[in-house]
Amino acid sequence: MNKQPSRTIKVDTLARVEGEGALYVKLKGDQVQDVKLKIYEPPRFFEAFLRGRHFSEIPDIVARICGICPIAYQMSAVHAIERALGISIDPSVRLLRRLFYCGEWIESHTLHVYMLHAPDFLGYPDALTMARDHQAIVQQGLRLKKIGNRIVALMGGREIHPVSAAVGGFYKAPSRSALKDLMDELKWALDASLSTARWVSGLDFPNFEQDYEFVSLCHPEEYPFNEGRIVSNRGLNIDASEYEDNFTEQHVQHSNALHSVLRGRGSYMVGPMARFNLNFDKLPAVAQQAARDCGLQAPCRNPFRSIVVRAIELVFACHEALRVIREYEPPAAPRMQACARASTGRAATEAPRGLLYHRYELDQDGLIASAKIVPPTSQNQKRIEEDLWHFVSQVATRPADEITRKCEQAVRNYDPCISCATHFLRLHLERG
Amino acid sequence: MTLRIIGCGNVDRGDDAAGVLVARRLLALGVESFGAETSEQSGESFSLMDCWIGFEHVILVDAIAPNGTPGVVEVWNAHTAELREDLFPCSTHAFGLREAVELARTMNRLPQLLQIYGIEGKQFSFNTPLSPEVEHAVESVAQQLLELARTMARR
Repeated sequence: MNKQPSRTIKVDTLARVEGEGALYVKLKGDQVQDVKLKIYEPPRFFEAFLRGRHFSEIPDIVARICGICPIAYQMSAVHAIERALGISIDPSVRLLRRLFYCGEWIESHTLHVYMLHAPDFLGYPDALTMARDHQAIVQQGLRLKKIGNRIVALMGGREIHPVSAAVGGFYKAPSRSALKDLMDELKWALDASLSTARWVSGLDFPNFEQDYEFVSLCHPEEYPFNEGRIVSNRGLNIDASEYEDNFTEQHVQHSNALHSVLRGRGSYMVGPMARFNLNFDKLPAVAQQAARDCGLQAPCRNPFRSIVVRAIELVFACHEALRVIREYEPPAAPRMQACARASTGRAATEAPRGLLYHRYELDQDGLIASAKIVPPTSQNQKRIEEDLWHFVSQVATRPADEITRKCEQAVRNYDPCISCATHFLRLHLERG
Repeated sequence: MTLRIIGCGNVDRGDDAAGVLVARRLLALGVESFGAETSEQSGESFSLMDCWIGFEHVILVDAIAPNGTPGVVEVWNAHTAELREDLFPCSTHAFGLREAVELARTMNRLPQLLQIYGIEGKQFSFNTPLSPEVEHAVESVAQQLLELARTMARR
């Protein structure tokens, strides 16, 4: 009798993902027996940490959840609190928030495309090794990332842990001339992002497609950042206030992060591919054309091609930043006054990695009674494991080190931000 | 020679704050009156490389991994030593200080003189305080660097 050998692939520390994670895959012959994406960074306790704080403190505190996407946390927080307090922001502030998000997308996507994901496709163990052979590419990435940093520093008051975002607007609005100083470099960045898209579209992609439920914001007139309904390609169409009626989080034994699922439906995908597939018609013509030139069509169902989608979103972010700067007129006041009242507000915005949901319950003094934060990585985590179940079977006959590399690459398709995805789980233990 | 002192880390994560606290302490001690500049960085590599452009002498200060002797300070010259991977795992990014230095070395973008001060940490969990040993080391490194800036200003 031919007994098939068992093999276990363990990656104790996943490199090039934000935070700390591990991967466990068990094979019997070429059959996948088990896949677990493990998150072992201690829970972050952020939701508990926010309780009792005044709403005005929240944007600064949540910016510390993630070093890569602090703007996203600030934006979801201010929009949720503004909805709780019934605040409508000035149209110029709305534009500035889009510019702020452009900066973060440029920073985050550039880092991921150039330094974290490209080495997988080019056969290098890491970006340092890749840089020895591809200095011009890395130089371009450095310069692109810098323009993102400049936008964030200008809008946020400083590069790390930005402090200027406030409920109702910003503590200080930039002058027109300060924004116009960014234009020459942004024009270069737009060209560079187009060449980035051409470059990554020529990479070699595994032949792997899945039937995903894509979920993202959708706005009637624009590619989504801060506003829009939450929609999917399978008919979901809800306001952010209905998020918790439609999505739920499940604790799984092997991870500190909660797995999000659509109630009664299961896993789903958020992030660049979901946004692109659900909002292709809202991209500016230059980004639509760049996608066509790269052979990218909506819907794209190959997660390995997400590197191309990120490059297209870089084109969009640079183009959008230029548009905002051209149209910008400083607001009469940088922020609307916010008056405390007992209320609850919910909002979702599009972090670089996907939909980021916040809910805040305020008391009559404006203190946080409860908070809920659902980051994109915890929404994608179940989907990542399902991708691995299917993908590993395609490569199961390969040597273990190759399977390991391919699995890591598959995880990085989602640019997971694991330190964001871990948050506190209240556990009730009953003993018989 | 212009001197920039860059403090790296996350002030919300216990001893990971060490580098940033050195930069803040130097600012409070008036290091800028000696012609030196300070900067705070998360440790993300591209931003770090940007931060030292235009400066001939750069000093990076960051927490390094626990090794049983919290508060011990190690100093490296980036031009003569490669940074050990196991000592700089504390960044929440996989692409941090060590990678910035090694990438800059590959791309000939190191400053003329780049020194790295590593302060051995003990606790890096969110919302934990600075350990007493690291608090002492922060003051000690700040005083050393202040003296260095003062000496450079006299030349």
